[in-house]
Amino acid sequence: MTQDSTTAAFRFGYGLPLPANAPSEPASMLAVLRGADTMATKYPGPQLADLTETLLRADTMLRTSRRATGEAAKTARQDYRQAIARLEGVTLLAAKTTIARALDAPDGFRERLVQFWADHFTTVARSRRDSPLPATLVEEAIRPYVTDRFADMLKAVIQHPAMLGYLDQSASFGPNSRIGQRRTKGLNENLARELLELHTVGSGYGQDDVTQMAELLTGLTVGKKGPTFDPRRAEPGPETVLGKIYDGDKLETVLKALEDLAEHPATAAHVARKLAVHFVADQPNEGLVQALTDAWRNSGGDLLAVAESLLTQPASWSRLQEKARQPFDFTIAALRALGLDGADVMRMADDAFRQMILHPLAAMGQPWQRPPGPDGWPEAAEVWITPEAMAARITWAMDMPSRLVNPLPDPAALMTTALGTHLGERLAWAVPRSETIREAVGLVLASPEFNRR
Amino acid sequence: MDRRLFLKSLTGTACSLAAHPMMTTVTLAASDGSAPLGDHRLVVVILRGAMDGLDLVRPTGDPLFARYRPTLSTTQGPDLTGYFSLNPTLEGLMPLWQAGQLGFVQATSTPYRDQRSHFDGQDILEAGTGLDLPDGTVRDGWLNRMLQAVPGLRAQTAFAIGTSSAPLLQGPAPVSNWQPDLRLDLSAQSRLLLDHIYHDDTLFREAATEALSLTENIDLSRTNGRTSPPTGGPLADTDRLTDFAADRLGQDTRIAAFSLSGWDTHRNQQGGITPPLRRLERVVLRLADRLGPQIWDKTLLLAMTEFGRTVAENGSKGTDHGTGGAMLMAGGALRGGRIMGQWPGLDEAALYQRRDLMPTSDVRAWAAHAMRGMYGFDRALLESNIFPGLTMGDDPGLLA
Repeated sequence: MTQDSTTAAFRFGYGLPLPANAPSEPASMLAVLRGADTMATKYPGPQLADLTETLLRADTMLRTSRRATGEAAKTARQDYRQAIARLEGVTLLAAKTTIARALDAPDGFRERLVQFWADHFTTVARSRRDSPLPATLVEEAIRPYVTDRFADMLKAVIQHPAMLGYLDQSASFGPNSRIGQRRTKGLNENLARELLELHTVGSGYGQDDVTQMAELLTGLTVGKKGPTFDPRRAEPGPETVLGKIYDGDKLETVLKALEDLAEHPATAAHVARKLAVHFVADQPNEGLVQALTDAWRNSGGDLLAVAESLLTQPASWSRLQEKARQPFDFTIAALRALGLDGADVMRMADDAFRQMILHPLAAMGQPWQRPPGPDGWPEAAEVWITPEAMAARITWAMDMPSRLVNPLPDPAALMTTALGTHLGERLAWAVPRSETIREAVGLVLASPEFNRR
Repeated sequence: MDRRLFLKSLTGTACSLAAHPMMTTVTLAASDGSAPLGDHRLVVVILRGAMDGLDLVRPTGDPLFARYRPTLSTTQGPDLTGYFSLNPTLEGLMPLWQAGQLGFVQATSTPYRDQRSHFDGQDILEAGTGLDLPDGTVRDGWLNRMLQAVPGLRAQTAFAIGTSSAPLLQGPAPVSNWQPDLRLDLSAQSRLLLDHIYHDDTLFREAATEALSLTENIDLSRTNGRTSPPTGGPLADTDRLTDFAADRLGQDTRIAAFSLSGWDTHRNQQGGITPPLRRLERVVLRLADRLGPQIWDKTLLLAMTEFGRTVAENGSKGTDHGTGGAMLMAGGALRGGRIMGQWPGLDEAALYQRRDLMPTSDVRAWAAHAMRGMYGFDRALLESNIFPGLTMGDDPGLLA
């Protein structure tokens, strides 16, 4: 097995060039992963608790503006708009933060893991008011757990207000609960189904399991002080999910069910395959999938042990570039290749950031934090490398670099710094034949070897 | 290298690229006027997220309906058959209904059962397979398999439109994918060099070649003589998509597919289903308008979804994933003005698993009859290759 730094940077990080002294082989990458989360300190992310007041204010002002008339309504509308603008500002800052961390991280592996798990537990904002919620879920329920137990991540995610809202749990009531009886409200099985299908076992359950899981989850809600269990909305009586009986209308019962789902053998197999597909190949080596599954089962779902297995399998270091870089990864890799760092991105004016990063991401088929559904972004290269997406990638590669850096890098040097040993003959032949430096840089960034990983 | 010599060597590259079917077909599109599929246009719209068929075409003639859906059946839409009424948001479609250019199928579904997963449901809808095939053996979509049965097709005969890819049209038969309003401003030299660097990577070569040729060849200012102006507002994207489809269908394109999402109405459905219904209505009306009566008369639009939703509303004024659903058909080629399919009724005992509308037909059978009626495909081909394992049943006489 050869563990070269080009493969390390493309497959487990955000591309070349790696910062000086960056780890690029398993032992040192794992040491960094075990160490402190330096990027979280350098670029702090959004916390839901800091937004509670603004969210509440937005809700109050919206209500007031609808009830009041005249001057009072006008003031309320203004206050409402201010609150929304503040929330959207937080969302934009969080997007910049994510990119800054990816650019400055030692080897990018932790950031890539965060991205993987954020996608595994996809949430999408339902409104402009909710726009920062997905980023707070990543910050609070994903990031702290990427080297921890999967069960702990699962429990944090399922209780997070962003998830409870996105998959309708906050609108689900036990039909026979006190609130359900009084207000004739009932079950909503959205979260229960995706919890089984997407988040954990993936298969081997039936409609009864979904319904029972939905009943089991009914107590979960968001109270004034954050996530809580409200027995007044919980369906009374025991529930049976995947053959196990859960009795007792309290939070511990729900958490026990989540623990059991996390430790279910099917969950290990399901998520191990997803990891192999995401990091290594759309049709992954079955030995790799098995090794990851074993590492998961043997460690009780310890995500650090799973990451170690991923980094140490020979199949993980195949030189083949079988996957396409998703638009987000492509953009980070391009910024990195052009020499931008985290501070440059944090400094970017909001409009420039939207024009040069967010709008192009959407044109390439990956609007920021807006995947098509709770199953997150697709993996297959064919989905990303379509004519329309290629037009958007080529356009970005040709137009944006000269707006981002001045002077442009020397294209001949860029070929090597951005592609390392992935540089192919055709590109090396074409770059010096471009009519302008702008187009030569564009060729490098639009090349197959830059857009694959 | 001498610049002239260099260009010559690149021309060599371009020629070998031209040997690739995708490139050839695009290049030939202007000169070859023959259309292997004849004059009929088929537009397939995938409604992603599981459209609630019972809210689209409401069985308001059955008092049980209001009991199942106390908050979802409070508005009254136009009457269709005395038993069924149309969702009031779609009132604008009534002239088409009266003209026999709009129809619905009730209680239909793919062979998919029980798991009620959007993702598997959409896969099966677009693959057009039954459940008897092992996972992953069918990778192309049924519309593409139909195209594979037609010799001499060119890529622009069929278009998958929009950013969300259409697996329905994916497969070996040549198909164009495009998102309206994309431009690619490149120097001639850059185009040649891009051709060169993509040459050895099939995936990139095909995507980029098509992007490069389409940006050269597509002129979006053409409107087939129709003049409805582009609009702003929430329907602007839908309009661009529809206009692009209409423009292509007005020329050589015979098959177009795209998707409309937003149908997953788990909560507050009455508000939530309105925007996607508006988009669907807009697509139908604007397509009719932009195509003009002559082409619209040759057009059939099929709008289908992965499955229906629960008969009873859930605890949050929405509906959860169900089984039997509805299908919308429109077009001048349709013998419409009717609700097709066998209605299973709403009695609890008549429901699928006492929860969902019982499917009484296979969604693929309707598509198969449409394809047979429009393009004359063999029943055996439809039941074996295009929709493996399908039994089409009696001809419902879809075409006017």
